[in-house]
Amino acid sequence: MAEHVTPIRVYILVFLALMVGTAITVGVAYLHLGPLNDLVAMAIAVTKATLVVLYFMHVRHSSRLTKITVVAGFLWLAILVGLLLSDYLTRGFLSS
Amino acid sequence: MSSETTTRAWGLDHQFDSLEQQREASFLGMWIFLVTEIMFFGGLFAAYILYRWYNHDGFVAGSHELDVTLGAFNTAVLIGSSLTMALAVWAAQVGRRKLTALYILLTIALGLVFLGVKVIEYRAKFEHHLFPGPGFEWPGPEPAASVEMFFNLYFLMTGLHALHMIIGIGMLLVLAWLAWRGVFSPENHNLVEGMGLYWHFVDIVWIFLFPLLYLLGRNAGA
Repeated sequence: MAEHVTPIRVYILVFLALMVGTAITVGVAYLHLGPLNDLVAMAIAVTKATLVVLYFMHVRHSSRLTKITVVAGFLWLAILVGLLLSDYLTRGFLSS
Repeated sequence: MSSETTTRAWGLDHQFDSLEQQREASFLGMWIFLVTEIMFFGGLFAAYILYRWYNHDGFVAGSHELDVTLGAFNTAVLIGSSLTMALAVWAAQVGRRKLTALYILLTIALGLVFLGVKVIEYRAKFEHHLFPGPGFEWPGPEPAASVEMFFNLYFLMTGLHALHMIIGIGMLLVLAWLAWRGVFSPENHNLVEGMGLYWHFVDIVWIFLFPLLYLLGRNAGA
């Protein structure tokens, strides 16, 4: 019934996790991991974004309707990028 | 005084049945707007992925012209401003009027630090002839058009992000004033929460922009 009040402790912990994530992102960028470099950088960025959405933006404690709206937004972005790449990245398959 | 149907709850606008419904409408409405923002920035991210695929060497060279220290510093500043914004929403939830205004002002201050650093970065790019257009100069060996494409996207994406922050800071100034006047209550502080959502979204965009623009191919030639 009443809205959920997140304790300050949670905000501080999420903040610290985001700072650690930023430090790891910078550190990993200087390592030689080949194609894994991009993967690790994006995995950390997605994790950080998820933390912000769930805790800073209170989606974890919001209604199902809101949750579906949020997921739909990112899902449609994935469709946009996915279909775009399925076109451009496969063009070489025909000419070669 | 009891919860009769004729008695309106404190902070409830006339078009809503309950505080819960009012809050849900505000929350959902803001998220619908943010979904359009996801697609707005998402188009630019898609363009970035595609052009980087075709201009990889130029993008790496362009990325090396950016200052990682300043970028990382700004990332920390923006995450810090998200924390103060979250705390402003918390203060409004528990009915701390002055603390709400104070945290909003802190958020504005951190936002201004971010924009100040951005001005320093932009000025350096202009001085080094890296702004796309007739003045663009690139000695090579990477193709100048590829590097210019990187800076096209760099200025477009960070510029659009900075514009969102300038608009956000403007709205936060009004919000701080309203909070100080005691407009918000534990029952209705939906405006603070909605602005918080907007500010955190801008933070999320930067969380992706920083590694994509600043940290590209940093391990090459090390």
